[in-house]
Amino acid sequence: MSGETSVKLAHLHAPIAELDFSEEDIRRYSRHIVLPEVGGIGQKRLNRASVLIVGAGGLGSPVAMYLAAAGVGKIGIVDSDIVDISNLQRQILHTTADVGRKKVESARETLLALNPGVDVVPHDIRLNASNILDILKDYDVVAEGSDNFPTKFLVNDACVMTKTPLSMAGIFRFSGQILTVVPGEGPCYRCFIPQPPPPGAIPSCQEAGVFGAMAGVVGIIQATEVIKLILGKGDVLNGRFLLFEALQMRFEPIEVKRNPDCPVCSEAPSITELIDYDIACDMQQSAAG
Amino acid sequence: MMSVEYAVDKELNLRGEVCPYTFVKSKLALEVMQPGQVLRVIVDNDESASNVPRSMQNEGHNVLGVERLNAKDWQIVVRKV
Repeated sequence: MSGETSVKLAHLHAPIAELDFSEEDIRRYSRHIVLPEVGGIGQKRLNRASVLIVGAGGLGSPVAMYLAAAGVGKIGIVDSDIVDISNLQRQILHTTADVGRKKVESARETLLALNPGVDVVPHDIRLNASNILDILKDYDVVAEGSDNFPTKFLVNDACVMTKTPLSMAGIFRFSGQILTVVPGEGPCYRCFIPQPPPPGAIPSCQEAGVFGAMAGVVGIIQATEVIKLILGKGDVLNGRFLLFEALQMRFEPIEVKRNPDCPVCSEAPSITELIDYDIACDMQQSAAG
Repeated sequence: MMSVEYAVDKELNLRGEVCPYTFVKSKLALEVMQPGQVLRVIVDNDESASNVPRSMQNEGHNVLGVERLNAKDWQIVVRKV
């Protein structure tokens, strides 16, 4: 991916004539600035970017922390949940003192302590077909790390329809999957999985469990992908579904082509409206976050 | 000792600054200059006088000269490639 092709990223890749960093930012971001692939120009792009993170849980935690550390200028966090003690085995945005608090509040506090120079916008809501487009319009890139398939499909569809680049991921037991969707440039999630699995088809993460460190490995890969999209550098997982098996410590990329009959991203999509799938049974899904 | 004087497009006074920030700030200055333009950097420590030119060369730029100006200060002249 050239990084120059997405409409939403175009404003970030415009030429920059001046690099007016504060003394503190020069020091904070010095390890980025000296990288030839980043430099001051790349760092400015990060500072100007806005990323929406769906889910302040297992995947959202490392994504959010590394994006804040990188100086992504605006980080939106979507989550309507409250911190539970069972979250703390992997959701490192939150601490024991946060049990009972809103996840978006806890997340905001953690991120601002790490980097007070970023803007953290809490979205204390559950995404649905009625609200997602209004939220998405303020963001350049989305990182999806929710714990249910209905949200994953909703986010995929909305990002395809609005040409918003998207990092999708999921974890289950010792397995993780990551895909980067660059609308119009490669496959979307539905090219690989056209419809959500029926409720109950796959054990919930509560029943099946999830290895805590998986959230870190997979979430940080997502953060890496998002940063590369913003910088316009490197090759992202566009057309590659990356599988990670922690017990064998094996990464396997699976090539995924655009499906010419994809219900959402094909030339003649059968789905043209956003869908609210039944999320009442979302804890029966295995898309753990 | 530079025997040739170069037309300098920008001068950066980094007296009081230390490694690695002498390189970081020099790099930032060069990034928004045009290829072929010349940057002169003034530093006041030997470590920077050694590290900045080396790092600039590693980045692919032409180090035109490194000269001691007085007991403390050095000037480093670099042409952006």
